[in-house]
Amino acid sequence: MRPLLRVTDVRKYFPIREGLFVQKEVGRVHAVDGVSLEVRAGETLGIVGESGCGKSTLARCITGLYPVTSGSIEFDGDPRREVQMIFQDPYGSLNPRRRIGSIIADPLVIHRVGTKAERRRRVQELMELVGLNPEHFNRFPAEFSGGQRQRIGIARALALRPRLVVCDEPVSALDVSIQAQVINLLKDLQAELGLTYVFIAHDLSVVRYVSDRVAVMYLGRIVETAAGEDLYKLPRHPYTNALLSAASVADPDLSARRERIVLTGDVPSPIAPPSGCRFHPRCPKAMPKCVTDDPRLLAQGRPEGGHLAACHFPVEPGERLGSEKAQIEQESTEPHLEKGGGT
Amino acid sequence: MSLTEASAEAEHIPEQAEAVRGKGPWQLAWERLTRDRAAMVSLGVIAVIVLLALLAPVFAAITGHGPQEAFPATGLTPEGLPVGPGSGFWLGADSLGRDLFVRILYGARISLLVGLLSTLLATLFGVVVGMVAGFYGGWVDGVLARVLDVVLSFPYLLVAIVLVAVLGASVPLMILVIAFFSFAAMARVVRGQTITYKEREFIEAARSMGASKPRTMFVDVVPNLIAPVTVLATLLIPTSIVFEATLSFLGLGVDPRTPSWGAILSDSVDYYRVAPGLLIFPAVMLLLTTLAFNLLGDGIRDALDPRGEGGR
Repeated sequence: MRPLLRVTDVRKYFPIREGLFVQKEVGRVHAVDGVSLEVRAGETLGIVGESGCGKSTLARCITGLYPVTSGSIEFDGDPRREVQMIFQDPYGSLNPRRRIGSIIADPLVIHRVGTKAERRRRVQELMELVGLNPEHFNRFPAEFSGGQRQRIGIARALALRPRLVVCDEPVSALDVSIQAQVINLLKDLQAELGLTYVFIAHDLSVVRYVSDRVAVMYLGRIVETAAGEDLYKLPRHPYTNALLSAASVADPDLSARRERIVLTGDVPSPIAPPSGCRFHPRCPKAMPKCVTDDPRLLAQGRPEGGHLAACHFPVEPGERLGSEKAQIEQESTEPHLEKGGGT
Repeated sequence: MSLTEASAEAEHIPEQAEAVRGKGPWQLAWERLTRDRAAMVSLGVIAVIVLLALLAPVFAAITGHGPQEAFPATGLTPEGLPVGPGSGFWLGADSLGRDLFVRILYGARISLLVGLLSTLLATLFGVVVGMVAGFYGGWVDGVLARVLDVVLSFPYLLVAIVLVAVLGASVPLMILVIAFFSFAAMARVVRGQTITYKEREFIEAARSMGASKPRTMFVDVVPNLIAPVTVLATLLIPTSIVFEATLSFLGLGVDPRTPSWGAILSDSVDYYRVAPGLLIFPAVMLLLTTLAFNLLGDGIRDALDPRGEGGR
């Protein structure tokens, strides 16, 4: 089956320029450095990573906001209308000087859809769809709470009936109590409208809840990708292990028993990424080979399982990472992340 | 955090039958401004000054004194000194026996005309240059920003003196000179604001929906520039008025016979010991006008609250 979205070896470098009149390029930020992925219609691909790993840049490349430096992004449809984006900051992403009716109608106006009356009807329909009072279309963004503003952003993204919605950390700016409402709204909308999501977040528990598959990014590369459950049960890349161990756990008993893999050092500069495996300066398992050879994304376990990791020495089941402390039973090295409901 | 149960109802704002049409930022700003006593008094003072300036010919007719006519018989004492305030000359006469009150009113016309027109010109020019520099960035911005730096570092008085010496004093020239030296400040502010807004997510959102650059510029950036531009323009008016008075005081402003506050003050230098009104009245008018515009500008700034556009 043809995927809805195919990203092939996409690179996005930002030039660093200096100079008074004529600006010379003095360096490049390797924000996205060779990412390939596929998204099938109707599924949700979660992309996680620390801030600065390039996940938001990747999202902007997919929506066409940034031209890619190299590589290709193929979308099965009209990318201008059928790929839309939901932004992170519900305060920054709505123009404070415009009424929300006009904000939500923006995509319709830009793409010359319908008459004024038809657009008004569509806006009210959308507001109802996302759980806003359709009577409030004449209000200004300042009159809404953060969660409501994010709903406005969602309504705007849905105006053109997109097939793919790229969600760039759609809940990370919201109060925890509101996050669940927005996440559930996104899930309901997906079921109702048959949407496909690329869902970007740094919160692993949120990604786990919404995603069918998860890709982990580090310094502009995907280091591991797998079906959600596989990734959480058996992370193979040391970075994924560290990320999972750092995730917050609701149960304090569990949290105390769990082994924390504390990464030393900072994320290296994307202007001059490390040689070989980009994670080697911080990896507890790093060997000389990791400094020289760049690992490729290779299948882990059964090849048809779709679990890929880019590591010369993937973490084996039961293996412990970077701990001189007392033996901890195998069960507790597994990530225990809060999860509502069954799968 | 439980992700499963949470009701969307909790987020609904309580229903209000009225006020479904929200008050716009402008409406709210106007309401805040009308509650600002200093700004309202300033607005009143400005209105009175404008009215007096408009009615200058009426007062000239009432007193029977034209702005440039000298009345040595009635305006000067037998010793040749200017008469003080009285029923004939309401604020006294100047050294040539001209009516100070009428001249101050005509001076207000010059001050307001120069202040408003040069500010208007500076604002138009500054907004265009600032927006182009901020929105297009790159080398366009590099060149324009350097030009602004050069303009801001010009010794304006020297340039004005040279220009007047070469081209001769006139009101249009003065307006152009003042506008030229104040547009850079406006352009800088607009450039900075444009760059700030260009980076905002709502511009990115508009672009992700396929909006063109000019569209995002006019639909999304311009409405956000109105507040800071209004504030700065209001504050540029008194600066321009003082600039005009300075040039006129130095004899570089309008034609010396034309009544202008700076010129009147300049005349008073030799006579203020015998006729202090010659110094005090134009100075007070200048002070009142600039103070009123400054306070009004501050009031507008507070009312528009350019920083706190959201959040509350």
